[in-house]
Amino acid sequence: MSFLQAILDGLLIGGVYAVISIGLTLVYGVMGIVNFAQAEFLTIGMFTAWFAWAFLGLDPVLAAPLSFAVAFAIGWVVQGQLIARVLSAPSVAQIFLTVGLLIVIENGTLLLFGSQFRSVTTSYQTISLSLGPLFISIPYLIAFAMSLACGVALWWFMRASWFGRAMRATAQNPAAARLMGIDTALMYKMAFALGVGLTAFGGAVILPYVTVYPGVGGQFVVLMFTVVVLGGLGSVAGAVVGGLSVGVIQSLSSLFFPIQLQNLVLFIVFILVLAVRPQGLVGASR
Amino acid sequence: MSSPLLDITQLRASYGEAEVLHGIDLSVSQREFVCIIGANTAGKSTILRSISRLVPKSSGSMRFGGVDLAALAAHQIPALGIAHVPEGRQIFPDMTVEENLLLGAFTARNARDLPARIADVFELFPRLRERYRQLAGTLSGGEQQMVAVGRALMLRPKLLLLDEPSHGLAPKVVEEMHQAFKTIHERGTSILLVEQNVELALDVASRGYVLEAGVVTLAGTAAELHANPAVVTAYLGL
Repeated sequence: MSFLQAILDGLLIGGVYAVISIGLTLVYGVMGIVNFAQAEFLTIGMFTAWFAWAFLGLDPVLAAPLSFAVAFAIGWVVQGQLIARVLSAPSVAQIFLTVGLLIVIENGTLLLFGSQFRSVTTSYQTISLSLGPLFISIPYLIAFAMSLACGVALWWFMRASWFGRAMRATAQNPAAARLMGIDTALMYKMAFALGVGLTAFGGAVILPYVTVYPGVGGQFVVLMFTVVVLGGLGSVAGAVVGGLSVGVIQSLSSLFFPIQLQNLVLFIVFILVLAVRPQGLVGASR
Repeated sequence: MSSPLLDITQLRASYGEAEVLHGIDLSVSQREFVCIIGANTAGKSTILRSISRLVPKSSGSMRFGGVDLAALAAHQIPALGIAHVPEGRQIFPDMTVEENLLLGAFTARNARDLPARIADVFELFPRLRERYRQLAGTLSGGEQQMVAVGRALMLRPKLLLLDEPSHGLAPKVVEEMHQAFKTIHERGTSILLVEQNVELALDVASRGYVLEAGVVTLAGTAAELHANPAVVTAYLGL
C-alpha cells in the first residue's frame, strides 16, 4: 500500500514539475534557445506570490495568475530587448546571455529582498484527505490541480487558438511563417513570456510547501533540465511525461533508499533512458 | 490602360556582398499569368523572395496596387493579397493538413468564409480532403505541393507567386499541378510563376521573362518566346 501512496505522491509533485518545466521546453522548441535563467522565474513567481500574501493577504494559489503576469511582462521585455539580439548568434553567445541573466536575477532578488527564508501560512497547509488507506496532502493536491488547469489551458492555446498555431508554425519554419503573415518577432516574445510565466505560475502554487529565498531557483534548475531532456527537448507533451516520471521516480526511490539518494536513483534512470532513447521519452527521433 | 498590379523597376538584390539581381524591370497586370524562366542560378527565386521581403538587401522600386513593398516587413505582405508558394514547399510538417491550410488564412483569420475557402481548395485538390487530419509531413511530395498551393489559396490572393512548383514531382503530378494553375488563373487570380520546366511554363503563361545571371535578357508573349531561336536552343533542348 505504501507503494500506491508513493506513486500518488509522485504524481502530485510531478504535475508541478511538468508545469515549471513546460516553459523551458517551450522556449527551446520555438526559438532553439536553452534558457539557463528559466528557474529564476520560479523565484520571481514565488516572491510575487509571497508579497501578495504578506501585503494583500492573497492566498498563494490565487496569486498564481499575478505571478504569471509579472513574469510574462518581464519575459516580454527580456525577449524583445536582450534575447532577440542573440537569436541568430552562435550558441556560446546565447549561453552567456541566459547564464548572465540567471546571475543578475539571483543577485537582484538578494539585493532587494535579502537572504532570509520566507514562507506563508495557510489554513490548509497541514491538512490531508484520507482516501481509503491513502493520504492526499491538500497543498500538494491544490498545487497539482492548479498545474493541471494551467497545462490544459496551454494545450488549448497551442492547439486551437490562432496565436498558438502561429507559434507552432514559427517553431517549425520561421521563414514560411512570415510568408503566412505571422510576425515572428512577436511570436518569439509571446513564447518567451508565456514560457517564463508558466514557470512563475508553478512557483506560486508550490509556495504553501516550499520556502522562498533568492537561491530557490537553484534547487529546481537541474530538476527542470532533467524533466525536459527525459521527456524530449522541445516537446510540451514530453515535459508532462518527464515531469510525472521524475516525480514518481523520486517518490518510489524514497521507499527503498535513504532520502539523500533520491536524486542518485533519478539520474541512474535518466542515464538509462537516454542510453536507449537519446531523443527522450516523447521526442521525435528525427 | 490601367497601371499594372505589380510594377517592379530597377530591382537590385544581394545576399551579403554578392549582388544577385542587377536591375530588373518586371510587371504583372490584373488577371495576367506571367512566367520567369532561366537557368538554375539566374536569380529567379530571388525576384519572388524580394517581392515577399525575404531578401534583406534590395533596392529599386516595387509597387503593388500603388503600395510601396519596400517599406513593408515580410509579415505585412500577405495582407495586401500576395501569397507566395516557396521553393521546396516549406509546409509545416508537424501540423495537420487542416492546420496548414488555416495558417494560409492567418491574416484573414476573422473572415467568415474560411469553410468556403477550404471547400474551394478541396475542389481543386480532392486528395487533400482524404488527408485532412494527417500530419502534412507524412504526405507524398505531390500531396505536400498541393498543401503548399492550397495554403496560399486560403488567402484568396490577388497575386499568387509560385516558385518551382513542379520541381521534384512525378510527371503525372506536374501535369495535374499545371491544370490547377490554369483553373486558379481562370478564376481571376494573377500569377507570377518561376519555373525550370520551360515547355510547361510557356504552355500555361501568357507572357514571360527570360532571366540570365541576374538580368532580363528577353521578354515577350509566351508564343514569341516559344518561337525565339535563342530560347529554343538554350531551354527547350531542340
